[in-house]
Amino acid sequence: MLTINSIKNGIVIDHISAGLGIRIFNYLGLDKVDYSVALIMNAESAKLEKKDIIKIENHIDIDYTVLGLIDPNITVDIIENEVIREKIKLSLPDKVENVIKCKNPRCITSIEKYVTHVFYLVDHAKGEYRCKYCDEIYKISDL
Amino acid sequence: MLKGRHLIDPMDFSIQELNEVFDLADQIIANPEKFSDSCKGRLLSTLFYEPSTRTRFSFEAAMLRLGGQVIGFSEPGSSSVAKGESVADTIKTVGCYADIAVMRHPKEGAPKIASMYSEIPVINAGDGGHQHPTQTLTDLLTIRSIKGRLSNLTIGFCGDLKFGRTVHSLIKALSRYENIKIVLISPNELKIPEYIRKEILLKNDIDFVEAERIEDVIEKLDILYMTRVQKERFFNEDDYIRLKDRFILDKEKMDKALKDMIVLHPLPRVNEISYEIDSDPRACYFKQAKFGMFVRMALILKLLGVK
Repeated sequence: MLTINSIKNGIVIDHISAGLGIRIFNYLGLDKVDYSVALIMNAESAKLEKKDIIKIENHIDIDYTVLGLIDPNITVDIIENEVIREKIKLSLPDKVENVIKCKNPRCITSIEKYVTHVFYLVDHAKGEYRCKYCDEIYKISDL
Repeated sequence: MLKGRHLIDPMDFSIQELNEVFDLADQIIANPEKFSDSCKGRLLSTLFYEPSTRTRFSFEAAMLRLGGQVIGFSEPGSSSVAKGESVADTIKTVGCYADIAVMRHPKEGAPKIASMYSEIPVINAGDGGHQHPTQTLTDLLTIRSIKGRLSNLTIGFCGDLKFGRTVHSLIKALSRYENIKIVLISPNELKIPEYIRKEILLKNDIDFVEAERIEDVIEKLDILYMTRVQKERFFNEDDYIRLKDRFILDKEKMDKALKDMIVLHPLPRVNEISYEIDSDPRACYFKQAKFGMFVRMALILKLLGVK
């Protein structure tokens, strides 16, 4: 197996479903940074068979709501002096603001551009969200 | 306490709060003269972003019968909306002039946004194919007055259940009462939306069945709620022409119904109820329109906090 050195101070985003790592890498803008980063794709995983991992040799601000929406199975390890200081298990957020937009052409958010886009989680197992304004239900994978 | 509140969704009010409105409506029906000056000096603003003569007249008649006055527009072309003003700015401005506002809008969620920015109570008078809570109040008051109860009822909904917002709102409201059974009668193309099925019917464990013909289920119903297939809700005219005449209530079907079943309809009807039914004592849709005005009178009084 490919070996990447452990990091001293930074963040490890682990248990990313295989294939989604590149989306998260791009979302976090890691292709443009000047510190060490690693994107490991298709690593072996007991839980997922295959997984992606991102290692970041820096402490950066991450919006866990967005990360949870992209993949609720992710775990995030905060590393300090080569020790895991905190382990964060992500899940689908109960409320999402201004991350996804309603696609219903009859929804008021399609014409009133100043409005905050708000969605509420209605079905955790199916990953379904409801628009606050028009009540349209979406699977998160469709948004 | 309903003073200063908005009515956007039929679930905004608790059952107890709804009863307060209905009890006041009963008092108005019994003695309308007593309330004829209740809103003297108050202004109702009607913001109608799409035409709806019936609902607008009902609100205007309600306010005028309470001794108040009305300002507003009946289509956006004649207002600042035509210049591109947002819903938020419109309601903030109107709040400087009027004491209470009524909004109808073709886009779903517009009255909710208005309520978020408003200093005065906002009443949703219909937003797209979404909600129409004052029609729901009308329907509930009609049922309560004629059937004497809002529980232990089997209610059939017939016609356009996909875009018919009155149906969505009424199903939501009825889901809170005891022993409600619902029968959904519609063509496959116009079935109830997923969110009503999941979040209301299944979540609240409401007993419901689906049917494709009125005559198969009419004998089981306490109430038959008819709706029209609305042309403006279709993207495609061929679909409209194909579906509009399918679900028509006539004398032959009525003969199979219970003697005390009532027929309701939010009006206007096109051809889904034969005119021969109008003389049947079970046809209650014009009484329903009158209850609509009374319940709007009660609602205005409650939201304004007028004693």
